[in-house]
Amino acid sequence: MSRTKNTFAPVVAVDARASLWKRVVKARSIYLFILPTLLYFLVFSYIPYYGLTIAFKDFRIFSGLAASPWVGLKHFEGMFTSPDFARLVRNTVLISTYRIVFGFPVPILFALLLNEVRHMTYKRVIQTVTYFPNFLSWVVFGGIVLVFIQPTGIVNAVLSELGLPRVNFLTSTRNFVPMLVVTDIIKGFGFGAIIYLAALSGIDSQLYEAAVIDGAGRLKQTWHVTLPGIRPTIVIMFILSLGNVMSAGFDQIFVLYNASVYRVADIIDTYVYRIGLQNARYSLGTAVGMFKGVIGFVLIFVANSIIRRTGEYSLW
Amino acid sequence: MRTKTALTGSSQGVAGVAPAATLGRLRRNPLWAEIIIYSILLVAGVITLLPIVVVFARSLSPSYIIARYPLLLWPRDVTLEAYQYVFQTNTLTRSFWITVFVTVMGTSLNLAFTIPGAFGLSKTHVPGNRILMGIIVFAMLFHAGIVPTYILVNRLGLLNSLWSLIIPVLVSPFNVILMRNYFWSVPLELEDSAKIDGASDFQVLVRIIVPLSKPAIATIGLFYAVSHWNDFFRALFYITDNTKWPLQLLLRSIVINSNFQNMGAVDSGREAFVNPENIKAASIVFATVPILLVYPFLQKYFVKGIMLGAVKG
Repeated sequence: MSRTKNTFAPVVAVDARASLWKRVVKARSIYLFILPTLLYFLVFSYIPYYGLTIAFKDFRIFSGLAASPWVGLKHFEGMFTSPDFARLVRNTVLISTYRIVFGFPVPILFALLLNEVRHMTYKRVIQTVTYFPNFLSWVVFGGIVLVFIQPTGIVNAVLSELGLPRVNFLTSTRNFVPMLVVTDIIKGFGFGAIIYLAALSGIDSQLYEAAVIDGAGRLKQTWHVTLPGIRPTIVIMFILSLGNVMSAGFDQIFVLYNASVYRVADIIDTYVYRIGLQNARYSLGTAVGMFKGVIGFVLIFVANSIIRRTGEYSLW
Repeated sequence: MRTKTALTGSSQGVAGVAPAATLGRLRRNPLWAEIIIYSILLVAGVITLLPIVVVFARSLSPSYIIARYPLLLWPRDVTLEAYQYVFQTNTLTRSFWITVFVTVMGTSLNLAFTIPGAFGLSKTHVPGNRILMGIIVFAMLFHAGIVPTYILVNRLGLLNSLWSLIIPVLVSPFNVILMRNYFWSVPLELEDSAKIDGASDFQVLVRIIVPLSKPAIATIGLFYAVSHWNDFFRALFYITDNTKWPLQLLLRSIVINSNFQNMGAVDSGREAFVNPENIKAASIVFATVPILLVYPFLQKYFVKGIMLGAVKG
């Protein structure tokens, strides 16, 4: 018995290996298709992972990474004890939270309203107009925003016309962040509605018929049919935005901020750029960036496992 | 790797348009509700359109008009002075062509990598497929950060080269996944029958998959093109030589920092007549018009792309 087993098992193994090898050889042209993409990721995503060791060294750009001396957690200690760091994390999380609290519902409400419109031309015109700013860069849209909010801008002209005090949105630590949130909503709410419109069009209209037969009015239909119908989409979009909490919108903030609002508007990414690249403190910049990357990864990972638990959908 | 993700959550997809005639009447809102809904949407439309109208009006108006009427909705005393200035200095047109180069070259290379890559990765039966996808998904979820990437680009000698705006973003993992999902919708029978006729994998890709995936390729090509066109922070990081600045970076210095030095030799006599506000507005319009020209395609294909991601997952 044992003899047959012994002779039998390896044969299977060899066979499996042979067939695996055969499958690999048969698919060799498929690997060739993937190779350039794979090389790209290895070079531009995985070599920078090795570059993370900069955070554990006193990196000198001219001697190179290998020759720079190890310093252990020195830069992380410096980072965690620095008063800058607490401020950065607080600003990043706060700005993201405001964006979620005030910005997240807007595209949903907008999609619900658009969904009520039966006049197709009107609907299309509104969609065309509101989607547009999404395609502008933050440099261009920021330039447009400045026309309105700078000290001599339109908003202040209107305020003084009304006899109200002028507001400097760009240097006031009280007004800067609300300004960020509002302008970001204006730029993105139209386009953000598309995904919900897609979900809305997928709701079975028989559900509405049944609701009508049960005597449900428009609001009740929205509450009992429409919202449950798009709830999975809302949940996924919400969790995705939670996964993005550590990036509070570099482009927008970088274009609009200045030293007088660093106290409220300096986020992790802007700090890493200023300290890590402009001031060439590479090791500290890498440490702070790595902190962001790790937390961001954990957030998206936890978010995805929550999605998996809630239903059959997941992000990957 | 679970890929049957349904962002819409609805198992029906976009199906199920009911007997609209009867239902339409039942689902109609009372008049007052209709008025409120249409008005809110109108306000939303005005809020997004107004800023662009104002900037356009400013770009065509002389400075004393802008000073007198801050909220200018229509150009008065129309003048092309600002545009003349913008085109005369050559710097904006130069950076425009730089951006055109980066966008066209970048997008072509993006597609040249993404299409075969996604095609290869769509063959899930191939050994190692899960590992390869894992490598790409991990790269999507965990970024090493700004500094290590900068050091790498520096080491590769790409600083101050336009290739630094192209090569570090050759493939977007998100777009690979999107395109791979689309390729799954191409009927396998077509591929199989071509194979029986002796076609190689390469011929299958070029003769069957690509022609059948034109809408998806257009969508993803536009995703890439818009991100190249609007990209400014990569140039901010990697390009310090301002003669190589792409449009967005030059615009930033003009429109945001009010720095007109970079616009080249300033004709001191002229500058007195031209209010920087209308130059800024003209520069913004200059950068927006190309987007406006392709906007019908953008809207069509971006919406499709979102649906693609949403419905097919």
